[in-house]
Amino acid sequence: MAAVQGGQIDPEGEKDIKTEPSNDGSGNNNANDGGVLSSSPGATSSSGTTKTLTAGAEDQQTLLAVLQFLKRNKLSESVDILRREAGLSDDADDSKVSDTAGSGLGSTVNVDAEGGDANSLLNRVTIATAAPPATAAPAPTKVPASGGEDQPDVNVVLSAYSQQGDPPLYQVYYSGLKKFIESVLDCHRAELSQVFYPLFVHMYLELVYNNHEMEAKAFFEKFSGDQECYYEEDLRILSSLTKKEHMKGNETLLDFRTSKFVLRISRDSYQLLKRHLQERQNNQIWNIIQEHLYIDIFDGMPRSKGQIDAMSGSLAGEGKRDANKAKVFYGLLKEPEIEVPLDDEDEEAENEEGKPKKKKPKKDSMGNKSKKQDPNAPQQNRIPLPELKDSDKLDKIMNMKEATKKIRLGPDNLPSICFYSFLNAYQGLTAVDFTDDSSLIAGGFADSTVRVWSVTPKKLRRVKSAADLSLIDKESDDVLERIMDEKTASESKILYGHSGPVYGISFSPDRNYLLSSSEDGTVRLWSLQTYTCLVGYKGHNYPVWDTQFSPYGYYFISGGHDRVARLWATDHYQPLRMFAGHLADITCTRFHPNSNYVATGSADRTIRLWDVLTGNCVRILTGHKGPIHALAFSPNGKFMASGATDGRVLLWDIGHGLMIGDLKGHTDTIYSLKFSRDGEILASASMDNTVKLWDSMKAFDELETDDFTMATGHIHLPENSKELLLGTYLTKSTPVIHLHFTRRNLLLAAGAYNPC
Amino acid sequence: MADREERRFAEVPRESVKLMAESAGVELTDDVAALLAEDVCYRLREATQSSSQFMRHAKRRKLTVEDFNRALRWSNVEAICGYGAQDSLPFRPIKEGELFFVEDRDINLVELALATNIPKGCAETMVRVNVSYLDGKGNLEPQGTVPSAVQTLSDDLLKYYQQITRAILGEDPHLMKVALLDLQSNSKIAALLPYFVYVISGVKSVSHDLEQLNRLLHMVKSLVQNPYLYLGSYVRSLVSSVMYCILEPLAASINPLNDHWTLRDYAAMLLSHIFWTHGDLVSGLYHQILLSLQKVLSDPVRPLCSHYGAVVGLHGLGWKAVERVLYPHLPAYWANLQAVLDDYSVSNAQVKADGHKVYGAILVAVERLLKMKALSLSQPADTAQPGSGGGMGFRVSSPGLSPPPEPLSEPALGIASHLQAGGAGCPWEDWTAVPLPAMYGELYSFFGDSLAVRFSTGPGLGGCPPSPPALSADTRKEPSGSAANPDTARKMPQLTANLNISPRQDGSPRAEPAPPSLAAPGRSLARSSSSSSSVQRSRSSSSRPGQRSAGLSRDVFPKARFPPPQAGPPAFSFLIGGRQMGRRCQGRRFQTSFSPQPQSTVPPRAYAHKLPVIGRVGKPVRRWACSHYSLHLPL
Repeated sequence: MAAVQGGQIDPEGEKDIKTEPSNDGSGNNNANDGGVLSSSPGATSSSGTTKTLTAGAEDQQTLLAVLQFLKRNKLSESVDILRREAGLSDDADDSKVSDTAGSGLGSTVNVDAEGGDANSLLNRVTIATAAPPATAAPAPTKVPASGGEDQPDVNVVLSAYSQQGDPPLYQVYYSGLKKFIESVLDCHRAELSQVFYPLFVHMYLELVYNNHEMEAKAFFEKFSGDQECYYEEDLRILSSLTKKEHMKGNETLLDFRTSKFVLRISRDSYQLLKRHLQERQNNQIWNIIQEHLYIDIFDGMPRSKGQIDAMSGSLAGEGKRDANKAKVFYGLLKEPEIEVPLDDEDEEAENEEGKPKKKKPKKDSMGNKSKKQDPNAPQQNRIPLPELKDSDKLDKIMNMKEATKKIRLGPDNLPSICFYSFLNAYQGLTAVDFTDDSSLIAGGFADSTVRVWSVTPKKLRRVKSAADLSLIDKESDDVLERIMDEKTASESKILYGHSGPVYGISFSPDRNYLLSSSEDGTVRLWSLQTYTCLVGYKGHNYPVWDTQFSPYGYYFISGGHDRVARLWATDHYQPLRMFAGHLADITCTRFHPNSNYVATGSADRTIRLWDVLTGNCVRILTGHKGPIHALAFSPNGKFMASGATDGRVLLWDIGHGLMIGDLKGHTDTIYSLKFSRDGEILASASMDNTVKLWDSMKAFDELETDDFTMATGHIHLPENSKELLLGTYLTKSTPVIHLHFTRRNLLLAAGAYNPC
Repeated sequence: MADREERRFAEVPRESVKLMAESAGVELTDDVAALLAEDVCYRLREATQSSSQFMRHAKRRKLTVEDFNRALRWSNVEAICGYGAQDSLPFRPIKEGELFFVEDRDINLVELALATNIPKGCAETMVRVNVSYLDGKGNLEPQGTVPSAVQTLSDDLLKYYQQITRAILGEDPHLMKVALLDLQSNSKIAALLPYFVYVISGVKSVSHDLEQLNRLLHMVKSLVQNPYLYLGSYVRSLVSSVMYCILEPLAASINPLNDHWTLRDYAAMLLSHIFWTHGDLVSGLYHQILLSLQKVLSDPVRPLCSHYGAVVGLHGLGWKAVERVLYPHLPAYWANLQAVLDDYSVSNAQVKADGHKVYGAILVAVERLLKMKALSLSQPADTAQPGSGGGMGFRVSSPGLSPPPEPLSEPALGIASHLQAGGAGCPWEDWTAVPLPAMYGELYSFFGDSLAVRFSTGPGLGGCPPSPPALSADTRKEPSGSAANPDTARKMPQLTANLNISPRQDGSPRAEPAPPSLAAPGRSLARSSSSSSSVQRSRSSSSRPGQRSAGLSRDVFPKARFPPPQAGPPAFSFLIGGRQMGRRCQGRRFQTSFSPQPQSTVPPRAYAHKLPVIGRVGKPVRRWACSHYSLHLPL
């Protein structure tokens, strides 16, 4: 029980983060600590519970043991530190330990030291639990049996799997539980069945850890077939793991151990399970449930199989309900007031097209005339945004003018699609981006190059060299034109600098910069005036899978193999925020339209929404059954769409943290999603060489009536993919990897022609 | 679930581990090897797992060696070098001892580095736009057109293209020669191939201009001969352009003064060249060509020049093509041709002259058919190998084809040598071949003496010409018109066949009324002055009536030399001898003689209707006693 309640995230625990984005360095570390803390509740909580039982004398004893251990391993530095800090509170020490273990990011040099620390922690835990005779209610008595003494060099992550029970009995335990769950009432069965998978994995790992290879294999053979099909990927990794030595450094395993598997179970079902396990004295299973599972109990109707399946599938179970309780200001920021010289031509054109009535209010609500503050919108200055430059204002005016010519899309009025095929892309096209005004297209390639093309007749030109610039008359009206070097005009430019495939690419909203993230662990900022690299942002030490500029520029987000998303400002060489919590690679990153939030999709099959201001994770969205490769916010900021390798598009209500749609149709990984400018149409692009258009308006409308769902967070998804699908458009041997709606709602798609 | 249980991992057997260890000089016990093997498997799976991430993010479906190496690098393992090739590496077993290995050929880097003919790098990466306009309902056919030419030309290439086309289609013959030579040897023009092919497909628009057609054909030849070009599916396009020149009633042929015959001959030669060298690029090409040739041949509405083209085309494709298409069609076709040739009206003069052309072409084709057939009979082992048989077949195929006027005689030899190397056999389905005697009998019934004439009595019966082939070609004597027809002889340098017909009733043609002398002979003479051997041959045949009427027949026809007729059915025997020309048996001499059964299945008279002209056998052949033919074929 203690574990069940202990896993709370303490939002107060987050360190304050300065709101000044212009402060460097220090903000970084704070964010780091905060983020990691929130991500590893399991470790903190377990140590917390045991701490209550520890007496001061035992503390002393533990400390000595630790020191001894460290000396034995010649970690003199650690010894010094420990001695120095011995007087300090143990809490800090504990949390530090769990931090590093939880983040799993330590460099190789540190791993050993951590291992040592971790082991000491374990020692204390076992000693502590051994000393008082069976206090905490049903806590297992066997725990201390051989405890941590046996393998002093094993990571704490693994050492929790101590010898328990008789290996051959594991099958009996498991099948006993299976029998029980199969015999309970139908309404509980689906809920209780959720226990199977985490239990199975942990039991298997225990067997492996304790060197019962044969038993582990037999156990796997017998029960792996019972697991849900969407865990197949993980099971494959598990099945290849049969040796204790292999458990070290296995990332999937670390994930499993560092985070508790979260289950949502109704109170009735939970009571049923608890009673059963206590009656049977099935401490083995009860122990695992306590140690490695977080059971989120709710009052009310047990959920149906369909409801559960919709939400499960992530690496660490569902998001906790209270993880999604925080308020999210999903409204849009007020647009700055700009004097728009509305010329009469535009007005007339609009009238001629015969759709002014509907558009007017729409434009007003988004545009400059709206004086009302959207109640759901964040404060205008919640995060500092760069001031608008004259050129930005001009661009905004252009944008609005274009917007008046926008075609209103709908099920009866689908957008025309313009496909940009990359030919001869033998280097492997890995990323594409368009500028917002659709004048430039950039491609990232596997050969480390970034190429920029102009898709308008206007050629790309460099700024003149410094020597030439000094000759220019700076007072002249066309100075901006004069600084450009006509000799360099060409349709495309190649940017060299990365030393690995370029996986992510993003234009700044003002079209002056381009970001690219690469396998070489850097994010680079390129100037589109000089076509040179301005900054290389080093922070991710592993491949950076994605990066994106904030819709207001200046900030950008990056995420990669190190499982940490970083928020940067272009003029800081260190990140302003680090968002840690994902259990596997961050595969895609997107800014919310109001720039106050950042969404990250991950290979752990969850989506997290982070608050840029506080660095908190405000939403954990589960339901995908594969790594997430595409994210898109609706233009009004209320909804989000996500696509994954499982070929499904899920729609989310950000305000309530709810899944509101499941669009099935694609047969392969979805690489790009985009809402039309007014949000009526959602376009999805996939590896299966298709672009599909979905009626997002309909999908959103149908859901908003259901208040009960909002309250409980349990959804009934209608099976309406077929009705929502408006069209499928095939390419010829060209996987579609990027989508973009122009300001007039023409859909642009891009991909590399791949004839074989 | 069932298939999940069936899932198996690739495993490294402990034997492999032991072998590896041994190669590193370490002895391993079984236990250790087993443990290591298991660990290796696990590490491999782990690396594969993480490498799949790189694949996913590169938005590919295919896991590459590079992905794997990246995964290794990020897990602090040394990357594996040397496996980055795009082509799959052959994985081979060694028969004795179950050993498998990846074949790793030595590459001569020096040679590679100093090579001058490395084709230019691939085309620039670029972006193309396709727009699909939807009707609002989204009802749209699957979209996305793949551009046919996925390359833009660099400025250099564009200039080159313009210069070359201008030179070839321009006025200056010298410039043209240079351009053609460059086209033939330039290694960097792969990107231009589609453009050239397109230019060549313009034959259809210049069918009135023989000169241009000729130039385009020369362009084809240069492209075909360029060793750095991979023609791929463009072969089809080239073939269709060439076929157009062979078969179509070109606008240029309306004017009888235009020598479109030469063009057709040249195109036919080109066709055979393309076929023999590049036929393997397009499957079924041979049969497609045969079909279209057959279609033309069997279409009586087509003008005679088309028929002529079909015949020379078949001839160019080798004697087997002649045997399979032309020979079965001959009886039906003969009637048509005869009707033409029989018509002496003035209005028919032009057509009749054309008819003679066709006649000559057919004659040349069937002659070679007979020769090769005889050769194949005498050399069963040799023909069993399609390669050498095909090569042979072609080598002697030239007599019917004229050496085109001036600039071509030299490249023609080049082609021949090309063919020798690349003469791959074509697939022969089971096809019941007509036995040689029967074939000869039937053909003789069509052509009569003139068929025999072609076998030339030159070096004399049974004698092996001591001179090398090229020499023998020059020294060989054409029975009668040899002085007038040097070309005919020149084109068959390596194979001589002697056919002696004996005895022969002299004067049998003369029994027929001499056809009125018409303008045709003269015209054809004028025409053929710069023309092909077949033209000359047909001229000689067409002029024969005229000559005969002028009493010149004895000079023209070899049969005149034959001794007086004897009684008995015609019998013939072949004596074939010479040097084998296969690469392996260079210059070996051989001689075979055989005498087929004299009773032919087809009575000789069957088709010997009232053909007043060449080869007409006026009286029953039976009356010639003991005709004795021999073929002497020095190789």
